[in-house]
Amino acid sequence: METVKKICGGDIRTASRLIRDIEDKIPAAKSSIKKLFPHTGKSYIIGITGAPGAGKSTITDGLIAELRKKNKTIGVLAIDPTSPFSGGAILGDRIRMQRHAEDEAVFVRSLATRGSLGGLSQAVGEAIHVLEAMGKDIILIETVGIGQQEIDIINHAHSVIVVLVPGMGDEVQTMKAGLMEIADVFAINKADRAGAKQLHTELMAMLNTATPAEGYWRPPVVMIGNIYEALSFEGRIAELVQKIEEHYQYLLDSGRLAERINRKAAVEINDALKAAILEPVMNTLRESGELAAMTEKVKNRQADPHSLAEEVAQRFLK
Amino acid sequence: MPERKIRVMVAKPGLDGHDRGARVLARCFRDAGFEVIYTGCHQTPEQIVAAAIQEDVDLVGLSCLSGAHRKLFPRVVELLREKDAGDINVIGGGIIPEQDFAALYDAGIKAIFTPGAPLDSIVEWINTNIKPRA
Ligand SMILES: Nc1nc2c(ncn2[C@@H]2O[C@H](COP(=O)(O)OP(=O)(O)OP(=O)(O)O)[C@@H](O)[C@H]2O)c(=O)[nH]1
Ligand SMILES: [Mg+2]
Repeated sequence: METVKKICGGDIRTASRLIRDIEDKIPAAKSSIKKLFPHTGKSYIIGITGAPGAGKSTITDGLIAELRKKNKTIGVLAIDPTSPFSGGAILGDRIRMQRHAEDEAVFVRSLATRGSLGGLSQAVGEAIHVLEAMGKDIILIETVGIGQQEIDIINHAHSVIVVLVPGMGDEVQTMKAGLMEIADVFAINKADRAGAKQLHTELMAMLNTATPAEGYWRPPVVMIGNIYEALSFEGRIAELVQKIEEHYQYLLDSGRLAERINRKAAVEINDALKAAILEPVMNTLRESGELAAMTEKVKNRQADPHSLAEEVAQRFLK
Repeated sequence: MPERKIRVMVAKPGLDGHDRGARVLARCFRDAGFEVIYTGCHQTPEQIVAAAIQEDVDLVGLSCLSGAHRKLFPRVVELLREKDAGDINVIGGGIIPEQDFAALYDAGIKAIFTPGAPLDSIVEWINTNIKPRA
């Protein structure tokens, strides 16, 4: 099909339009997505996550520059939150990456969460496929600024960078599971600020208490210096890239890469099942007004939600 | 039927570094339910057009306070057309003297809003005139 051929040939407009169609859930996009599938699964995917304002975009921009020096082609998906009130969104991550706008080997796409709660957009999995089919060597995914729970990024990335900053209330002892557990590499950003040393010390102490099970990967910690000192910033980003490369090597040597690829495949089929089974049912119920009627019944305590759902399931799942 | 969301890029070509107006506009667009890609100050027309295509926006809103609109706005339209993206609409705002309007419209700028224009009128213009592609 034309679309697929163009995307595999690297056509930017066709790719960005298909990503839009995926976001907007245009039914016709599905046939393109299906045909793209054989061309996917080839890129190395790096997640960049951390609290709002931690410096994720700044680091992503640094990574683009560093990886371009190594002649890698790059796709970036940068996610920002949708306003629950208006449904609109300000997608501002791109500001920090605009110096690469004219580099044809770099494709940057902003995505709004559109109600997705895991720190990503529902479209992210398939947008990754589009970038892979374009032949991007490396895909960087910047999540929304997250707390502890929005960790869907582990379902998509091979390596996850967690960006921490001093003095933002995310000191190590207050950090619970979640964010800390998904880190393959830690970056302490704004190391020019007071408290960076302290954060580093605490993080090291925390990592020291981890019981190294067999084949344990100890997440390295990179201090990202002051972005206002270009040379030192670049040096630290180069170090970060090196740590990611080491992590990749570890994934290969330990067999964990297969595990991650497996996890990703499980999520992909899970999402596709939801899209194929749950969404059409929900749409039918919504359009017929039945959903509203059922909501009313539950509200008035005339029926319990489980019985209603079972009745729907019996009707649709034959 | 799924409903498309309108995607708008707000960009500041040229050298002036005052982006307060552009930021206010971006927030206003968000509150109107649009997805707004904001690219910051000091953008060249080439950067703006590359970003607009990668982001698949329906509309580019250019804001310029430095007086360079006469050259920069038409250049954006021209580059979009060159890149086979002439269907992306361009509107302009900022300090633009009335005698420049005709030339800008001729160059393909779809609407011009000067600082006096209420923000709601821009949103209304978009809702009336910008139809996301089918
Ligand atoms: N002092 C200092 N400021 C920095 C550093 N890195 C980033 N910043 C600033 O921190 C602010 C946020 O940076 P971003 O890169 O946009 O942060 P982000 O995590 O992408 O933010 P969101 O996407 O909004 O969650 C910007 O104003 C940067 O200039 C640093 O090393 N030192
Ligand atoms: Mg960001």
